[in-house]
Amino acid sequence: MLAHQIGYYSLILGFFFSILIIPVSIKNFNNKNKVIDNKVFSISFFQFFFVLVSFFGLILSFVNSDFGNETVFNNSHTTKPLFYKISGTWGNHEGSLLLWLLVLTLFIFIFLIKSNSQPKKYRILTLLFQQVIIIGFFLFLLKTSNPFNYFFPVPKEGLGLNPILQDPALAIHPPILYLGYVGSSIIFSASLAAVVAKHISTVWAKHIKLWIFVSWIFLTFGIMLGSIWAYYELGWGGFWFWDPVENVSLMPWFCLTALLHCILVLEKRSTLSSWTIILSIATFMLSMSGTFLVRSGILNSVHTFANDPERGIFILIFLFMLILFSLVIFFVFHKENDQKIVKINWLSKEASILFNNWFLMYFLSVVLIGTVYPIFLEVLSSEKISVGPPFYHKLIVPFLIPFLLFMSIGPNLNWIKSKIKKVRIKIIILFLISLLLSLLISKKIGSVNLINIVLISAAFYLFFITVKDFFSKKFKNYSQKISHFGFSLLILSILLNSIFSSEVIINLKVGEKFSFKKESITFESIENTESKNYRSIIGHFKIEDKQKNSIQLKPELRIYDQPFTITSEADIKTTLYYDKFLVMNLVKGNEYFNVRYQFKPFMIWIWISTLLLGIGGMFSLFKRIYEK
Amino acid sequence: MKLQKIFLIIFFIFNFTQIHSVENNNELTHKISKNIRCLICQGQSVYDSQSDFALSMKLVIEKKLNEGLKEKEIYEYLIDQYGQWITYDPEFNQKTLILWALPILLFIIGGAIIFRKLIVLK
Amino acid sequence: MKNKILLFGIILFLSFCFVILFKSLNNSNVYVPKTVSEKTLVNFNSKDFFSEVEISSNEIFFGKEFYILNIWSSWCLPCREEHPQLLQLSKNSSVKLIGLNYKDNPKNAKKFIDTLGNPYSIIIIDEKGTISIELGAYGVPETYIINKDKKIIKKFAGPLNDKSVKEINLILK
Repeated sequence: MLAHQIGYYSLILGFFFSILIIPVSIKNFNNKNKVIDNKVFSISFFQFFFVLVSFFGLILSFVNSDFGNETVFNNSHTTKPLFYKISGTWGNHEGSLLLWLLVLTLFIFIFLIKSNSQPKKYRILTLLFQQVIIIGFFLFLLKTSNPFNYFFPVPKEGLGLNPILQDPALAIHPPILYLGYVGSSIIFSASLAAVVAKHISTVWAKHIKLWIFVSWIFLTFGIMLGSIWAYYELGWGGFWFWDPVENVSLMPWFCLTALLHCILVLEKRSTLSSWTIILSIATFMLSMSGTFLVRSGILNSVHTFANDPERGIFILIFLFMLILFSLVIFFVFHKENDQKIVKINWLSKEASILFNNWFLMYFLSVVLIGTVYPIFLEVLSSEKISVGPPFYHKLIVPFLIPFLLFMSIGPNLNWIKSKIKKVRIKIIILFLISLLLSLLISKKIGSVNLINIVLISAAFYLFFITVKDFFSKKFKNYSQKISHFGFSLLILSILLNSIFSSEVIINLKVGEKFSFKKESITFESIENTESKNYRSIIGHFKIEDKQKNSIQLKPELRIYDQPFTITSEADIKTTLYYDKFLVMNLVKGNEYFNVRYQFKPFMIWIWISTLLLGIGGMFSLFKRIYEK
Repeated sequence: MKLQKIFLIIFFIFNFTQIHSVENNNELTHKISKNIRCLICQGQSVYDSQSDFALSMKLVIEKKLNEGLKEKEIYEYLIDQYGQWITYDPEFNQKTLILWALPILLFIIGGAIIFRKLIVLK
Repeated sequence: MKNKILLFGIILFLSFCFVILFKSLNNSNVYVPKTVSEKTLVNFNSKDFFSEVEISSNEIFFGKEFYILNIWSSWCLPCREEHPQLLQLSKNSSVKLIGLNYKDNPKNAKKFIDTLGNPYSIIIIDEKGTISIELGAYGVPETYIINKDKKIIKKFAGPLNDKSVKEINLILK
């Protein structure tokens, strides 16, 4: 009870400080000082501090299983392991919003103390714009999604957390993802502030670049963790389903990746400033729209939080007010540079970044339209359609080919202008090898599809180029090399994995054996055990290949009580070359089990490459921080 | 070093090659069920779902395949029964024209803007 | 000037989006199957629940003005709720009430009928649920009103309530 009280009143205090900071910082804005008054720093700190205390109050309520707190009651249970009691704090709508607020207030505080090299007016404006967002979230929280509702009499037991959510990857996925989303809020506020304060320059670009990288890295890892969780936990062997909630995290990522490249042009050549601002606004707007789509009940998805139209209306209005606000600021305050218009040469790094942005915006529009169109269609014509993987594949895959090819040329061009070098023999050889590999693969799998052949060649070619660049003698740009290599490896692994994966779905009884092309599955035995809050049925399977090498896989069926759910836990054997994936399900009323076995080559490279993608970004970040 | 890497890749690819010949009915059932929505689930395909509806649907798809229907005909059959909502691949018709065409349109517009930027002041 | 037109255009577009999204929030998210106008009942084969004799739909849907096909299971709670309504409808002599037992355990189904009463002229089984899918159903309970030409006049998804019974009675007149 005490933790709850502390949590609630801290939240109110935090809200108080979020309002207080406005007049104080406006006063500071108008005075002649060059520096920001210490009062501003303190209030910003207290704002963060009290939200942090509030957040801890909620965590403690979960840990203590204080079921008088409505959020704890709805989402926890006494038999839940401690780790998941804690992570349950942010695994629900109200708690996750408190986490948003925590990161929002933390980041603005960090921004304030880390931006000493920037002009005062710009910093105060960033603070003010960010406060608009923060206050909006406070209001949203307190009015529609209060994590601190208490009722009497205090129930003895809670309604329990969904067992699927009791997973380590899923426990850290939201915080990491939110760090990415919220990072984009700083970029948003800072960009608008830069427009108003007329502070768009190379200096500003260099400063905001850090925040872009931070946001991008967290978003990349956040998405990766979500996919890893889906693969290991959801039991279907897939890692991306083009589910609306997944799309909602991918869209800001496209924007942020485009922005990340764009800011380099702004820094080096002082051009594309309008486009940079537009991207900054768009990234955060997409994050906010994502929040709207996921929490309002408007979308049909496995991942959505509980439906509540009232919350939806609030976020919708808030979102559109923010968009309107940023539009007005952009149009009123932004004047394109009167200086000489910077000429961009075809054969330059700036041009290749333009192409990069062009394609990323196309991919963004495909995902955005695919996700949102059914909503519009239904309102306008009462017809319901579903947009799923076939749509996204058909529209994205053909454009991936030129994207990959441009990516193999672009990073090697110089700023301003490149000379058309002689195409070296090495490049031609690599190109031919890629083509050859692709043709061989196509022939082996028996499908000769032109698009696939070209796509695979392009993927291999980019891969070889990024490897070659990686090992070239130049020491500069390590972060770009790592990230681009990671990306090319990602595309290649996904392609090869999807081409060479195979699966077998059969019903087996204990003692039965099923043989297929290269391997056989034997259902050896069943084991029944009990764990803290579930019973489990573990199947022992032997997978044997033609050379008599065998492995044991033990998929599990977990039967939870609070609430009554049966989940299927796959057993996966991972090696560098393949994953062997086995999952079993009950067949109603029989001694048979439905067994799904998948052979998935190169699976782990998908994760490794995404990791590399993010690590490259981290290199860049550390390099700048080290330079300072 | 580079050459070695290339050889290794070729070697592994040959090792893991699976022949995807003409799809048999079993694989086709899975392929189709991945594109069919489970109507009583929250955003799952029939392939992924273990619900009664999904399990029965898989049997119906298999049955229709065994009766000789082609993949396309099965989609048409299901759409006829349940409406467009059941398939994840939206049909290209008057109602979905914007859905399919708008991204391409935006791509062209984007391209136009970029080419203008690159050509100006040549 | 050009900027102002652009701004105005964007605001117009955004207002449009806002209205659409606002409206969609108030729409229900549950998919109600469209009552496809005048679809003909497909032919199917099944087994009689009690006698286990094979029977085709042609034999079942024969000789009456109207047929009510009700898909039910013993493990389905709403089916329990609508059972009184079914018993009421079974009293109407111009209609033949057909029960399709969906993915059920025969023992449990029999218990269900014994305890709550049998409103059906005939019960057939859909052991694997495939017949229901071929009929375009997707869950239990679901009820079809069919006329003598084997055309589906109305489909009810979910349990029957007083309102739907009134509607059915109107149709049966």
